[in-house]
Amino acid sequence: MFSLLGVPPQVLFGQLLLGLINGSFYALLSLGLAVIFGMLNVINFAHGALYMVGAFVAWLLLTYAGVGYWGALVVAPVVVGLLGIVLEKTMLSRLYKLDHLYGLLLTFGLALILEGAFRHQYGVSGQPYPIPAALQGGQNLGFMFLPNYRAWVVVASLTVCFGTWFAIERTKLGAYLRAATENPTLVQAFGINVPVMVSLTYGFGVALAGLAGVLAAPIYQVSPLMGTNLIIIVFAVVVIGGMGSILGAIITGLGLGLLEGLTKVFYPEASNIVVFVVMAIVLLIKPAGLFGRER
Amino acid sequence: MRTLLLAGTALLTLAGTVVPASAQVSDNVIRIGVLNDRSGIYADLAGEGSAVAARMAAEEFGNKVAGAAVEIVVADHQNKADIAASKAREWVDTGGVDAIADVPNSAAALAVQGITKEKKRIFLMSGPGATALSGAQCSPYGFQWTYDNYAMAAGTGRALYEQGKKKWFFVTADYAFGQSLEEETTKMVKSLGGTIVGSVRHPLGTADFSSFLLQAQGSGADVIGLANAGGDTVNAVKQAAEFGITQSGQSLAGLLMFISDVNALGLQSAQGLMLTTGFYWDMDDQTRDWSKKFEAKVGKKPTMVQAGVYSAVKHYLKAVEAAKTDDADKVAAKMRELPVEDMFAKKGKIAANGRMFHDMYLAQVKTPAESKGAWDYYKIVKTIPADTAFMDPKQSGCALVK
Repeated sequence: MFSLLGVPPQVLFGQLLLGLINGSFYALLSLGLAVIFGMLNVINFAHGALYMVGAFVAWLLLTYAGVGYWGALVVAPVVVGLLGIVLEKTMLSRLYKLDHLYGLLLTFGLALILEGAFRHQYGVSGQPYPIPAALQGGQNLGFMFLPNYRAWVVVASLTVCFGTWFAIERTKLGAYLRAATENPTLVQAFGINVPVMVSLTYGFGVALAGLAGVLAAPIYQVSPLMGTNLIIIVFAVVVIGGMGSILGAIITGLGLGLLEGLTKVFYPEASNIVVFVVMAIVLLIKPAGLFGRER
Repeated sequence: MRTLLLAGTALLTLAGTVVPASAQVSDNVIRIGVLNDRSGIYADLAGEGSAVAARMAAEEFGNKVAGAAVEIVVADHQNKADIAASKAREWVDTGGVDAIADVPNSAAALAVQGITKEKKRIFLMSGPGATALSGAQCSPYGFQWTYDNYAMAAGTGRALYEQGKKKWFFVTADYAFGQSLEEETTKMVKSLGGTIVGSVRHPLGTADFSSFLLQAQGSGADVIGLANAGGDTVNAVKQAAEFGITQSGQSLAGLLMFISDVNALGLQSAQGLMLTTGFYWDMDDQTRDWSKKFEAKVGKKPTMVQAGVYSAVKHYLKAVEAAKTDDADKVAAKMRELPVEDMFAKKGKIAANGRMFHDMYLAQVKTPAESKGAWDYYKIVKTIPADTAFMDPKQSGCALVK
């Protein structure tokens, strides 16, 4: 049997597939960040916390209301989106005229408060969330055992990612949005309610985080710290892809997932820094990111 | 009038000199500092619960020993050795702290061990697992109470080997604790005649274990040893179920698992796991009684670390009472002399290297059908007698053992 750098091809294919699965999480989360940054110019540090809230809403629905996974898949993003709209209306909207740094500090503070509140209430060990009955089990692909749930995660997040990309880059609504970020006064003059559109955009961006939270709940523990662990990598993805570039976020998310998967085979100790090494290199060569434009 | 005043003053002065009946206790207070992780990944297994356990021990003495008041103070070391060290220093230098308790996270504990040794303060370790704490880095004032990595390896490693699980693969957290746990288990498995077919080191705080589990699955091992703790173990176990590892005949061994981890996993994912523990709440009437009181205060059943803090603090206070002083040398001598006898340890004794010898228990996590309710999680498979549960002090490498 042939092997690649001492690794049998089965193992390699398996790891690449796993990388793709993780990459689709990165893509979904960085997509929300990219939408928010691209449209609102806000660096949303609360994204990880809202991802955690999405997972917790799913768990709370299951535990206290008996609403299962499929219901949570719809309800939790709506709840998180509404929470986002409230935050945007009451706090963030006051900061648009100021430097980016203020938005970053506000959202960072919000993230700490959200996480602290959940930690106080539910502890740090996390809560179990079962895989929905319809997606239990898995397929034997010959080179690896692929759990059905993971396959579903890839399909779901890729669909949502490309749907979002299409809506923003190829539809009339998306055109309004993009125009409103370039020149809000002019767009408002055409009779479009820009503040409402901005609120809805933020709500949509964080709803994506909430959705990712529900998708993640059956794989990871529903824990107050789950967002903190992920958010830094997701930020690196957005920086590598180019701040605000939607397609950049999706492609980079998937690409880095694959790269991380490969690192786990060849040198596992480095698997959580490889993303940052790539980030450093990209910033040196192309400061605006792979798909970004200089502003 | 003047004489009356004078007499009054004289009386007051007298009264003043009467108070320090416990002149042997410095500043008239026995202060115990509970230093642990109160906000991070170990907050559930130690955290506030350990502080509550220490207070429960003090209350049993009416918050008073040898005529001095007992006071429990707490601090968060955030799992950072430097914060642990500076807090310990501050407590000892300016806070009048006589003993430091708990300190999970071996790196933090090693830092505190250095300080308590230098400053002559009692160190009651319940949380940390590194064997160095009662080995090469042992201290005349340091007592390792609840468990250690050797006990975990000896208990779980041996039990699985005896079930015919001879080929091991390790999934190890890439830092001092994980490496030490892997090393101890490797020694145990090899000494019995088993083999290690591979291992993989993952960074601390990994969310996705699928890649490592896949490597373990392909290795042909009988058992996958998880040499990690807390959230890492929980995620690994959960994802192992997802990838069908246990269904395909491989076993999982959580080399360090606490009841808080099992609670977080839920029995559906955790069922069948073998683990070694120093304490389980549902052992006898004493443990049930104490755990019920604990649960009323904290809202959860105690972990072995929290129960260990109670036992260690109680034994310390007993020794202070007997020695009638807080002088660390005399108290440490009394602690070694007195047997440890409470709901946590029956006929426990402290060896020269500071290791508290008590029985350990091999437990298996119940299936959802076997469990009769909340926190009914373990079947105790067997009791591991103290002298086989822990390393022979002569082999520990501790300079205090002659």
